[in-house]
Amino acid sequence: MNQPTHTSAPGISAGIPNAQSRKRLNLRNEEMSMQVRDLNLFYGADQALKNITMDIPRRRVTAFIGPSGCGKSTLLRCFNRMNDLIDICRIEGEIRIDEQDIYHPSIDVPELRRKVGMVFQKPNPFPKSIYENIAYGLRLQGVKNRRKLDEVVEHSLKRAALWEEVKDRLEDNAFGLSGGQQQRLVIARAIAIEPEVILLDEPCSALDPISTAKVEELIIDLKESYTIVIVTHNMQQAARVSDFTAYMYLGELIEYDDTAKLFTNPAKKATEDYITGRYG
Amino acid sequence: MRQWFKSGDPWIWLIGGAVSISLIMVIGLLLLIAVRGLGHFWQPPIVETTFHDEGQEIVVLGTIRTAETVTAQAVREAGFDVSEGQDLVDRYLFHTGNRDLTGRDFQWFVGDFLDEFRYPDDAIVLERREWGNFFGYLVAIRQGDEIIAEGEEAFAVLPERLARSNDLVADTIRLERYEIGRINFAIERERLEQRRIELDDSLSADEQAERIAASEAEVARLNTEYDVLFQELEQLRASARRDSLVARTSDGREVTINLGEVVRATRANTMSVPDKIGEYVSRFWDFMSGYPREANTEGGIFPAIFGTVMMVFIMSIVVTPFGVLAAIYLREYAKQGPVTRIVRISVNNLAGVPSIVFGVFGLGFFIYFLGGNIDQLFFPERLPAPTFGSPGLIWASLTLALLTLPVVIVSTEEGLTRIPKAMREGSLALGATKAETLWKIIVPVSTPAMMTGLILAVARAAGEVAPLMLVGVVKLAPNLPVDGQFPFIHLERRIMHLGFHIYDVGFQSPNAEAARPLVYATALVLVGLILVLNLTAIAVRNRLRERYKSESD
Repeated sequence: MNQPTHTSAPGISAGIPNAQSRKRLNLRNEEMSMQVRDLNLFYGADQALKNITMDIPRRRVTAFIGPSGCGKSTLLRCFNRMNDLIDICRIEGEIRIDEQDIYHPSIDVPELRRKVGMVFQKPNPFPKSIYENIAYGLRLQGVKNRRKLDEVVEHSLKRAALWEEVKDRLEDNAFGLSGGQQQRLVIARAIAIEPEVILLDEPCSALDPISTAKVEELIIDLKESYTIVIVTHNMQQAARVSDFTAYMYLGELIEYDDTAKLFTNPAKKATEDYITGRYG
Repeated sequence: MRQWFKSGDPWIWLIGGAVSISLIMVIGLLLLIAVRGLGHFWQPPIVETTFHDEGQEIVVLGTIRTAETVTAQAVREAGFDVSEGQDLVDRYLFHTGNRDLTGRDFQWFVGDFLDEFRYPDDAIVLERREWGNFFGYLVAIRQGDEIIAEGEEAFAVLPERLARSNDLVADTIRLERYEIGRINFAIERERLEQRRIELDDSLSADEQAERIAASEAEVARLNTEYDVLFQELEQLRASARRDSLVARTSDGREVTINLGEVVRATRANTMSVPDKIGEYVSRFWDFMSGYPREANTEGGIFPAIFGTVMMVFIMSIVVTPFGVLAAIYLREYAKQGPVTRIVRISVNNLAGVPSIVFGVFGLGFFIYFLGGNIDQLFFPERLPAPTFGSPGLIWASLTLALLTLPVVIVSTEEGLTRIPKAMREGSLALGATKAETLWKIIVPVSTPAMMTGLILAVARAAGEVAPLMLVGVVKLAPNLPVDGQFPFIHLERRIMHLGFHIYDVGFQSPNAEAARPLVYATALVLVGLILVLNLTAIAVRNRLRERYKSESD
């Protein structure tokens, strides 16, 4: 696992508070952004998610951890209905965002996805210029005013801590950037359309330690404005960046609590086995 | 030995050998076409020699086309008295020209009966508008009946006189083709107008009579205009025929040839190499830009080049949108299942259908059915003469579009499949609808694949001949499909085509020996044309690739 150590990048990692030192949060005190109720998801005959019920707090970082195939990415992709793309996928139950059932037939899916942005495991910029990558979402909404676009591009890139690195080559192809820069570009692209929620699906798994540290710093920075849900394989990463952590196993939500508690004093034996590495 | 086999070396040799053999074959083919085709425009020296045959002495004058060595036995059987003990005989194919006088252009001579070759300075070869080349000795130049130059002086004044008459001939052709062509076109339009008035039931008899009278007046006006032009044409023709040259043939006859009939006069034996190069360029240019003469065995191939390019162009315009849309539907919207699988298999098999079958389909469906109905609906005044109901450019292009459709569909589909899922998801996750993702991301990114399809389609279409014979290509098209007459692009016209031209010149020509180099030259032009079309398309594709560069490529 690519875990940044303090020796490899001290300047960056030092700013990240770890789970122990952070002020204790309590899930019950939070204002909720998204609510999942009795969610069951099937791929054909296989059930991938079983009776998930959880609340995602607003302007906090929530991490999903668990072994491969436990359904954490599947659950994440339910929040912006990315699973709709899979023909055999069937969903029961309810997900509400701001008290609105997102699986209600009257929901406009593109509208929903503008509200719930997503960043994928591998950086996936479009084969366009850096500028056009950021402007893409706005152009979809019909924004043509060049000054407005310039403004948003600059603001988003600054927000994603990429502006200084690319400001002189905005017209270059985005594929000329390094992997870490591409991932921050994709984050900038997601925040350019001002979503409420940002879903991150293992955003650092294809990045080197230094890029990972930068992205982690960015995540902590962004939670002031956005509700963030992150799927990660890396427990140290979950501990570093998240306020709340959910441990999933074989499609079930085993334990969900604030990160400090889950990592120091897990309620379930299964959780403890997993986080201490005795899993399996 | 076993070690050697295990090392994989034999395989490398095998693969390398296969590649080199393919390369050698391709290069050899191109080289053969290039040498034979390009050699045609080089002026060889004019040879004079004496042929002894049973006491007779015949002076032979001409250029040597080929020389070959045959067995003496074969020559003896042909009735020549070759001395015993001799096994092999050289024989020469002379291009002696003067078809109007002797009835033949080419003649074989056995080397044993020929004197040594001489290269007389006053020998001249004339490229004529009719009757092929003339070989002889220039004697004098005449203006009307009066001799103005003789001997060496005649050679001096010839280029200037010839240039004058050639300019005048060019003027007459221009006058005929454009000015008189325009008037004929207008008269034909009036005739059709009258026919249309007659067919129009909504007009009363009086109205019909009135309109026809107006049209008749217009025809009368055009006819007077035509008379004026015709006078002008006659004057030009007479002027072009003012000068003539007197030449002596190899058998001593003196003939007078009007300069209006001569395209080019070459005093081959006194030419320096730069002169010959200049002559070469000029001939090559005439070949590329001229119209064919003498049943296509002489003159240029410009209408064929133009027709081929035009047809490929229209085919591309038709096949690209159709193929791309079909591929997008099949790949992006159609539910993948047995039906799409069957469609895909059918499309792939369509690519394997013999092209003549497409020709038959084009004739039956496009020309007789579609074209026939278009004529009934839109051109009733021209019936029974067909407009779109007969072979023409548009139908040839459509038939080829059908023929190349599978190639475009398959390539485009391949391009669409290659686009990473992450790229689609990235767009959808930003709130794009499926259609927006398609048009803003997927289609632009797969344009290089579409270009690949188009490149393959163009290469196939430009070289196709068989179906075209049925749907729109002719030996000699009187007009280009594009001209100055409204509506400027005449899609219903028949066209000439390089591929068909090769077939026609090679196999349907009355003068096979004269036509043979033209077959190679035309083939070379066809290969060159396909190369140019492909290179253009590849250049465009590379620019697109650069623009939509992504890690998937």
